[in-house]
Amino acid sequence: MIEINNVSKWYGKFQVLTDCTTNVAKGDVVVVCGPSGSGKSTLIKTVNALEPIQQGDIVVDGIKVNDPKTNLPKLRSRVGMVFQHFELFPHLSITENLALAQRKVLGRPRDEAEATGLKLLERVGLKAHAHKFPGQLSGGQQQRVAIARALAMNPIAMLFDEPTSALDPEMISEVLDIMVQLAHEGMTMMVVTHEMGFARKVANRVIFMDEGHIVEDAGKEEFFSTERCARAQQFLSKILQH
Amino acid sequence: MLADFDFDVIRRSLGYLFLDGMAFTLTLTVLASVMGILLGTLLAIGRLAGPKFIAVPITAYVNLIRSLPLVLVIFWFYFLVPYIGQWMTGASRPVQVGAFASTLLTFTLFEAAYFSEIMRAGIQSIPRGQVSAGYAMGLTYPQVMRYVVLPQAFRNMLPLLLTQTIVLFQDTSLVYVLSITDFMGAASKVAQRDGRLVEMYIFAAVVYFLVSFALSRLVKRLQARIAIPR
Repeated sequence: MIEINNVSKWYGKFQVLTDCTTNVAKGDVVVVCGPSGSGKSTLIKTVNALEPIQQGDIVVDGIKVNDPKTNLPKLRSRVGMVFQHFELFPHLSITENLALAQRKVLGRPRDEAEATGLKLLERVGLKAHAHKFPGQLSGGQQQRVAIARALAMNPIAMLFDEPTSALDPEMISEVLDIMVQLAHEGMTMMVVTHEMGFARKVANRVIFMDEGHIVEDAGKEEFFSTERCARAQQFLSKILQH
Repeated sequence: MLADFDFDVIRRSLGYLFLDGMAFTLTLTVLASVMGILLGTLLAIGRLAGPKFIAVPITAYVNLIRSLPLVLVIFWFYFLVPYIGQWMTGASRPVQVGAFASTLLTFTLFEAAYFSEIMRAGIQSIPRGQVSAGYAMGLTYPQVMRYVVLPQAFRNMLPLLLTQTIVLFQDTSLVYVLSITDFMGAASKVAQRDGRLVEMYIFAAVVYFLVSFALSRLVKRLQARIAIPR
């Protein structure tokens, strides 16, 4: 579904990604972890071309992302993305947030878009908040709306860029619960997160990045049970300490 | 001493002052600010997102306009526009565009430079993540601008846009240098005709103050109404 082949990326002279290769098969959940600045957020943003790459290839559902001829808006509309800071549109109500791209990108009529949005809101347990504005919701609620907003486009895969890092501890589980549910339903997911509990529960593979390199790329059982490289060990022991 | 003043001159010329003068002033203010904000927004987008050959001339234009006194630009346009019209239409003599069209064009182009700086700041105040989120759901650049960035930028900058409009309202008085009957021009003409300079200029000051003050109160209320709920 998502193939990342020998991808390298530079910001000016600074190399943020070095020869990254991995893939996400249909229905797989791949968790990407690593210390801050390791390039994991950048890597996930290259998948829908929010960040351009200078070398290598990325293919999503058979379409080459880094081909200048690719219709990026169309491709992006098929890949859902959830951001660290939710990025709901604060000037639009929750209903309008859910309907905007359905109407403007997919061309669905307003009532159909709003009905679809409402159904997904119900699914994330926020139907009662449809008329509110993002600023009136808690962080966890906003992130659940953001997930519903992405799902409203009927995506073939979902990208999560540190979806719980900006949340209060109490709100993390309400977001993770929805993600676990999605995973169980067979959604193809690429998730940048430090939530190792989530990785243990639903991941098929775990990728560990450091300084722009993919250092480890292993099945979940293997990743958590056997000896990892020194850098990954050190990282894991730090985040699993408490 | 007060007996020397004749404030009745105001009452006698009310029709001329308001139906001729103020009507011109308000029409010019409203049209020039609406068109100035539209053009200013386009200039801001061109400067922020356009290729170099568009962004550089816009920057030069904005900097040029902002370094010239308005009264000079008013003169300049009034005398130059007929020649530009002649050149563009190939007419044999300068095209008379009329005082209103000329001043409207002047104020629109002049204010667009200021409005574009306000809109530029407004657009830049929207976090990058908002733009990314728009792109990520498949919106194109124009759609991201129209549905995500500009509505927020406009709301954030509304106080500044309206303050600039109030300044524009006051600045329209400068058209009296072209002997146009705006409110200031009308007051000035009555003042000189009847030799009632003090009375008329006091009255003009009071009216400008009242209108500007009322507008700025209106801004406050409007702002509260269209603010993004938090």
